[in-house]
Amino acid sequence: MNEKKIIELKGVAKSFDGETILDNIDLDVHEKEFMTLLGPSGCGKTTTLRIIAGFVTPDSGEVMFDGVRINDLPPYKRSVNTVFQKYALFPHLNVYENIAFALRLKKVSEEEIYERVEEMLTMVNLKGFEKRDVNLLSGGQQQRVAIARALINKPRVLLLDEPLGALDLKLRKDMQNELKNIQRKTGITFIYVTHDQEEALSMSDTVVVMANGKIQQIGTPTDIYNEPENAFVADFIGESNIVDGVMLDDYKAKFSGHEFECLDKGFEKNEPVDVVIRPEDVDVVDVEKGMLCGVVDSVTFKGVHYEIIVTINNFKWMIQSTDYVAPSQKIGLYIEPDAIHIMKKSEYSNMFGDYSSFSDELEKLSDVTEEEE
Amino acid sequence: MNKKSLLQKAAAAPHMVWAVLFIIAPLLFVVYYAFTDKDGNFTFSNIGELFQASYLEIFLRSLCFAFLATVICLIIAYPIAYFMTKASPKTQKILIMLVMLPQWLNFLIRTYSWMALLEDTGIINSLLGSIGIDPVHMINTSGAVILGMVYNYLPYMIIPLHSVMSKIDPRLLEAASDLGSSPFKVITGVVVPLSMSGVISGVTMVFVPSISTFYISQKLGGGNFDLIGDTIERQFQTAYNYNLGAAMSLVLMIIIMVSMAIMNKYSGEDDGGVVV
Repeated sequence: MNEKKIIELKGVAKSFDGETILDNIDLDVHEKEFMTLLGPSGCGKTTTLRIIAGFVTPDSGEVMFDGVRINDLPPYKRSVNTVFQKYALFPHLNVYENIAFALRLKKVSEEEIYERVEEMLTMVNLKGFEKRDVNLLSGGQQQRVAIARALINKPRVLLLDEPLGALDLKLRKDMQNELKNIQRKTGITFIYVTHDQEEALSMSDTVVVMANGKIQQIGTPTDIYNEPENAFVADFIGESNIVDGVMLDDYKAKFSGHEFECLDKGFEKNEPVDVVIRPEDVDVVDVEKGMLCGVVDSVTFKGVHYEIIVTINNFKWMIQSTDYVAPSQKIGLYIEPDAIHIMKKSEYSNMFGDYSSFSDELEKLSDVTEEEE
Repeated sequence: MNKKSLLQKAAAAPHMVWAVLFIIAPLLFVVYYAFTDKDGNFTFSNIGELFQASYLEIFLRSLCFAFLATVICLIIAYPIAYFMTKASPKTQKILIMLVMLPQWLNFLIRTYSWMALLEDTGIINSLLGSIGIDPVHMINTSGAVILGMVYNYLPYMIIPLHSVMSKIDPRLLEAASDLGSSPFKVITGVVVPLSMSGVISGVTMVFVPSISTFYISQKLGGGNFDLIGDTIERQFQTAYNYNLGAAMSLVLMIIIMVSMAIMNKYSGEDDGGVVV
């Protein structure tokens, strides 16, 4: 990243009622970056955002803005603005006045306010909505007003707290594109909080995966997807088969009773590792040609592909394939060296089982999502 | 359809009876007495009598005192209500109970207690004397009367304010702060406009009983400050002039209705989302 650092968190920790929410977070945010904090609820991503906004003071550690410590600077003196989760538009003001709010506080002249509000309304496609009552707008329109309101002050950094969470899928996709465009056009640094991994991957320059108050991995969307640091990241981002393995030597791994060639090195001889194989990277072949073979448990049509569950050595693999195979059929699996990703063992190893438990896992995930405010 | 509406009518019947017996009938009696003389003949003389200087003075004084008491209540109650919303829900419940606690005591006893406190040789002056300060004359002043009103009706200002303020989404305050409002601006720009409905109901609940109150001024004002309430009471209890009393009640009612109308119009504009 060539741009200079705008926000730095150094060893930031926070606990509420004795419960640790953030555990020694170090994070650098660069200018013009679109950064996403991604993680399940309770991972500390919203608290991180609120610390940057100034609504929460960290127990320890430093928050730096342009190299200056801002731990004790109140929110209204920071050059960051926030788009709140449920918009938090002022119900007593109309669209125009909501957007003009920040400028009125700065005693900007009436003509300039008019110009800049109009500019914002054009940007978020809400021209002609000036006099509307914000309480009567649709979710997507309220969202646009919230974005315009936060951007009119030309903040250095825009914080977005799950801004699209309340919108339906179609609208969410449109807004994702729009947000990305706005970010590119304005060149403002965006820090975006979400638990939706797809959203994070498609919008961000940098993804920060968080869990249990810690940062698990920081990287570009491709890095995070292709080179997950540990089992948590591999499981949280996309679908993955995480199997126990042993690193026999550089470029040589053994798992599921078979030796594979791979592209990873730098492990100790015979070091136990976690092996990640993405479902779309597994090729279905005839039994004789397969490196592994197993019996098909189930096949589900998903539109773009079939989702095939195969049992091999008591481990249920998920495979995505465009070719149909029949349940109970015996098939072979072929895995290219570049489809294999080796990770060091971590505290998350063995926490994520195979795809026999996957429905439970989904349930757990959706429970958590509901709990979030 | 018909059956249902019949049932609905039956369900509403007790309320209708109640309303007719205790609201409409007394009102009709008031109107009847106000426009008749002792022999039951129609007349405007009761209303006309009220335009004497002595009665006008009483009306004006009542209006002034009630206005002052309401404004003072609002000034005291607003910050109390605001800071109450900042407390934990459990503390808020206790605070509300404490606010209401004096209301559990009888109104007369509360007023007598103030007499004991404010008298020239009362508790406050004894305390002042014991630290060497000359006694202050407090009882039988207009200040004492207004104090009595404020003390008695303050809870009716705090409770509606608190209930409206506690419903303001804390995120709105954060949003205001985020957009550059200092803590003071957060209050004037967001809390005040969003608590306007609480202000209106609080003002109504203090102003109406204040303007029609009696007894407070008799006890704390020593009879020097006749208010409408006291005068009306006297017409019924000592002068036995029901007609004049009813006429006063009617005029008082009109004054209250006009005051409320003015306030609602003023606040109605505020709610319309006019540029701040």
